[in-house]
Amino acid sequence: MTGPRRLLAVMQKEFRQLRRDRITFGMIVGIPVIQILLFGYAINFDVRNLDAAVADQAGTQRSRQFVDELEQTQVMRISAAVATPAELEDRLRRGEIAVGIHVPADFERRILDPTRPAAHLLVDGADPTILGIVNQLANMPIGNDSRPPGRPQRSLEVRPYYNPEGRTAVNVVPGLIGIILTLTMMLFTAVAIVREREHGNLELLINTPVSTTQLMIGKIVPYILIGLIQLALIVGVGKLLFDVPVRGSVVDLYVAAAAFIAANLALGLFLSTVARSQFQAMQLTFFILLPSILLSGFVFPFDGMPPLAQWLGELLPNTHFIRLTRGIMLREATVAELYPEFLALVVFTVVAMIFAIRRFSRRLD
Amino acid sequence: MNTGSNTGRNADDRGEPFAIEARGLSKRFGSLLAVDSLDLRVPRAQIYGFLGPNGSGKSTTIRMLCGLLEPSSGGATVLGLDVPGDARALKPRIGYMTQKFSLYADLTVLENLEFIADIYAVPRAGRDARIEEMLETYDLVEQRRQLAGTMSGGQKQRLALACAVLHRPELLLLDEPTSAVDPKSRRDFWAKLFALAEGGTTILVSTHYMDEAERCHRLAILDRGRKVADGAPAELQDGTGMSVIEVTAEDPFHAQEALAGRDEVVSVTQLGIRLRVLVPQRIPNALALVQDELERRGIDADCRLVRPSLEDVFVAVTQPARPAEAA
Repeated sequence: MTGPRRLLAVMQKEFRQLRRDRITFGMIVGIPVIQILLFGYAINFDVRNLDAAVADQAGTQRSRQFVDELEQTQVMRISAAVATPAELEDRLRRGEIAVGIHVPADFERRILDPTRPAAHLLVDGADPTILGIVNQLANMPIGNDSRPPGRPQRSLEVRPYYNPEGRTAVNVVPGLIGIILTLTMMLFTAVAIVREREHGNLELLINTPVSTTQLMIGKIVPYILIGLIQLALIVGVGKLLFDVPVRGSVVDLYVAAAAFIAANLALGLFLSTVARSQFQAMQLTFFILLPSILLSGFVFPFDGMPPLAQWLGELLPNTHFIRLTRGIMLREATVAELYPEFLALVVFTVVAMIFAIRRFSRRLD
Repeated sequence: MNTGSNTGRNADDRGEPFAIEARGLSKRFGSLLAVDSLDLRVPRAQIYGFLGPNGSGKSTTIRMLCGLLEPSSGGATVLGLDVPGDARALKPRIGYMTQKFSLYADLTVLENLEFIADIYAVPRAGRDARIEEMLETYDLVEQRRQLAGTMSGGQKQRLALACAVLHRPELLLLDEPTSAVDPKSRRDFWAKLFALAEGGTTILVSTHYMDEAERCHRLAILDRGRKVADGAPAELQDGTGMSVIEVTAEDPFHAQEALAGRDEVVSVTQLGIRLRVLVPQRIPNALALVQDELERRGIDADCRLVRPSLEDVFVAVTQPARPAEAA
């Protein structure tokens, strides 16, 4: 029974060290809370309150009503009125406005002619998101009473499921769990072995009867607990501040997260056996973190990515975890229904762990 | 049981008379031959010293003996086990104290001892009593709740020794254990080592202090990876093949200059106003030779023949080899 005792000894040591490491302890709570606040509030794909200026050359009651209706969509906030379209272009170029509304002098005649646009929206098209939203405005009917009879009906109706209001936070927070856990879990373990090497502890440790497996497992188990605490924190803050639902089972969410945390910890340990210094370990962490943000489906819809990027994305634990969290939290799916994603995480953990244990040298040369 | 060993004295009843036996042990790092064909026999229950300057291969040898480094050629048997092949089976039976403090600075003295006790699976029933015993033996009772990183050099060294012997190893490997401690702590430390050896523990200790080397039962002098001499300190002192003349002069600088010019003189080392002059024993009447030379130069000095010290041994054996010389 010396095996479990050694394992427990390593775990106890990790906990004791962690308790005294105030900065790491602070990061356990600080990183999730700060990140979710940043992402929840700042990263917002909902387009609202674009700065706009108007050049109303018609100046009729109906043109003023049209401009009012545009403003009521809340997509734009009209901050200035100018005389000519040239002035709109000028402001657009200087970056003072994102949208310019030009109502031509013959506005009244144009609305009666379905072949000619009634007005122009000048858009800074550099940001495709803004362009897309403003394009939708182009379909806005002009005045309820003035709808031309021949206007074509839409051929398809879109019914948004799971996030009918189209709120970004609902989509971002489940993905954010993966990003935060990737960052903190990998960072903690990536430096774990390197730090012992740098402090000289490793030379003593590899001269004791503790086995590599005991050492590795003893190092990751405490962090699985920490990861689960972070999960509770993110889900809690997400629910409280951004009203992000957990529609599926919380148990399923925790099961999925445990597998994902283990995958990241194992990967971190592997990086730790590769890196020669704590600084290198950090660099390697970010080397994994960036694709985890960009290729996992967190930022860009996964199905829209080129095949190579998708293929790389499938290799990242975060890709599978984001599918799991979005499924469980938003679509009320279960881990059993999403078993391929769960299995991928388990396989990843086992493979990374084997690599870490094999790479860990019990010698100094 | 009699294996006909030449030291005989410590052949105990465990099977092998030697705790460590190395044959042609070598380690190459790239183009540097750090340890060169080392033959070594360390008797049980003795303190065996490695004396040599930095870079002489002391640490590398110790690391090979506990399985941390793989020999480039040659091999060693430690406590009857081959290294590095049987290193795993060896680990529970040896204690190792690294040159640099390698316990956890962010754990307390007690926590470090508990960790080591659990890692070595010290029987649970006696664990706490054993830790208590270590705290008392190594004078750490008051520091038990102190973080190891905040202790003095001497305290850290005592903790490291306590952790190395906690599981009652048969063999202790100590890599320059006293390099970071004051003379008083060094003396106390050696008293602890003698107590351990008395209890049957074999101790291999590396040092670059002559006074420490002198305390060892036996020692090997290493120079640039090679063993240049080994034996009991007294044997080494008597077997230098050198006459040592101590010269006390008002003007040691000019005396040194004068003597260094003579072909017969192997080396002149200044210690304050005294010089230690080494002349090979094959030169007859070395004392007269030195006196005459100084007189001829008009240097007033008092010369006398003395017993070689360990430092003289060290100087003698690390001189470039001369064909006619034999120790």
